[in-house]
Amino acid sequence: MAEEDLRAAVAAGALAAREGHRPLLQAIVEVARAIFGARAASIMLLDHSAGELVFQAVTGEGEDTLVGRRISSATGIAGWVAQSGQPLVVEDVANDPRFAREEARRTGYVPKGLMAAPLLRDDRVLGVLNVLDRPERRRFSAAEMDLLGLFANQASVALDLLLQAQRIETLLGTAGDELEAVAELAMRIDRLDEDRRAAAVRLLRDLVDIVGS
Amino acid sequence: MSETQEGKTTEPEVDLPAWSLRRDDPRARALPRSWPHRIDRKWAWSGSDGAGVRVAIVDSGIDGDHELVGGLQRAVAVEKTADGEWKVGDDDAGDLAGHGTACAGIVRSFAPRSELWSVRVLGAGFKGGAGALLTGLRWAIEQGCEVVNLSLSTPKRDTAALLHEIADDAYFGGSVFVASAHNLDVRSYPWRFSSVVSVASHDGEDPYEFLYNPDPPVEFFARGMDIEVAWLDRTRIIAAGNSFATAHMTGICALILGKHPALTPFQLKTVLRETASNMRES
Repeated sequence: MAEEDLRAAVAAGALAAREGHRPLLQAIVEVARAIFGARAASIMLLDHSAGELVFQAVTGEGEDTLVGRRISSATGIAGWVAQSGQPLVVEDVANDPRFAREEARRTGYVPKGLMAAPLLRDDRVLGVLNVLDRPERRRFSAAEMDLLGLFANQASVALDLLLQAQRIETLLGTAGDELEAVAELAMRIDRLDEDRRAAAVRLLRDLVDIVGS
Repeated sequence: MSETQEGKTTEPEVDLPAWSLRRDDPRARALPRSWPHRIDRKWAWSGSDGAGVRVAIVDSGIDGDHELVGGLQRAVAVEKTADGEWKVGDDDAGDLAGHGTACAGIVRSFAPRSELWSVRVLGAGFKGGAGALLTGLRWAIEQGCEVVNLSLSTPKRDTAALLHEIADDAYFGGSVFVASAHNLDVRSYPWRFSSVVSVASHDGEDPYEFLYNPDPPVEFFARGMDIEVAWLDRTRIIAAGNSFATAHMTGICALILGKHPALTPFQLKTVLRETASNMRES
C-alpha cells in the first residue's frame, strides 16, 4: 500500500466524513433550484468503470426516489455533458421522446427543460449538475450560464470530498485490521498533551525503524 | 549569407540550420497577392453556399434524415476493438444525444451545399479515455475535411499534449479546427490552442453576428443562446451553449472556404477577424 494512501487513511480520523458531505451536496442542489426557480435539481456522480451516472443528491421532483439510481452515461443529455465536459441548456426536451426515453420515464418525471453542467476537478470529470424546468418566462442568458458554472464549481468541490472519503473508506475496508489499528493509534496520539505526544511520536519512529529493518 | 558589392548574394559554404530556407529555394518565390485591400463579408462569402467544403462534426453522431440536416456525406464511429485498439468504422447508430444533429443543422443553415461528415466519438466507446476523440480527429484530417467542428473539450493534461499535436497537424495540413471554449472557468483543450478557431457565445440573435476577441484565448464570439436547433427524432428544441456558437463559426468558415478554397487556416482566421461584426474602419 502506498505511503500516501496510508497517510490519507490515517489522517482521515474522520471516517464519518462521508456522511458529512451528503448534506453539503443536498444544500447545493437546493440553493441551485431556488436561485433558478427550477422544479428540480440534482447532482450525478460519473462511475467511469460502469459507464453510468449515479444520482447523489436530488431536490424537488424525484427527491424521494432517485438517490442511488443509475442511468447510462453513453446516451442522453447528461451523458453528453459528462462525456464532452461541456455544459448544455435545452428547452422543450419533453418533445424529444428519446430524451424522455426510458431513463427519464423511469424517474417518473419528464422535464421540459434542462440545464446541465459537468462537474470538473483538476483534470477529471466527476459528474453532472442538472437543473430541471426553470421557468419559461425569460430567455436563457449568458449570466445564467455563469451562475450555473458557479454552482457546478461548488458542487465539484463537495463531490470531490465525498469521493475522497469513499476512497479512504474503501481502503480501510480492504486493508484489514492493521490500518484501523494505525488510525486508532493516530487518533489517540492526537488527543495527548504536547510532551506525551512528542514522546509517542519518537516511540513510533523507533517502531518504524524496527519494522523497516 | 553575405552580400557582394554588386548586391548579389553569395552561396554560404555551410549548410543552413534545419528548417531554414535558401533564398534560391523555390519556396522563396513571390506568391500571388490575391487579396483586395479591403476584406469584407461580400468578398469573403457572398454567393457561397459551402459547395465543395467537407465539414466534419466530431460529436455524438448525426441524424442525417432530420429536415434541418438534409443528408450526410458519411457517418462513422470510433469504437474500441476487442484488442483495445481504437477503430473508425461506418456508423448507423444516428445520434446518441441530439447534440451532433443540432450542430449539423446549424452548419447546414449557413452552408446548404457543404458536405457533412459525422464522426461519432461519444457514446459507449468513449468511456475511459480520450482515445476515441484523438482517433476521430486524426481520421477527419486524413479524410481532408477542411473544417472540423469540435464542441468538446477535455481537461486531461496528458491528452492535451496529443491534442496539441493533432491541432497543429490540422493547421498546417489545411484543416481548420473550430473548437468550443469552455462555458465554465475551466482549463480544457483543444480550444485554448492558437492553432484552432476558438468560440464562445454572445447573447445576440443574429446568426451572422460574430465578434473578434482581442483578448484571447477565446478568439471569437458567436450566437450561442436561445437557438432553435434540430434534435432527436426529427424534433426541434431551444438550446444554449458554446457548442452552438461553435457550429455558427463552422458554418461561416464553410461559406468562406466554399468561395476561397485555397485559404490556409491562418488566412481564414485573418478573414474571420477582418469580417467580424466589431471591426470598424480605422
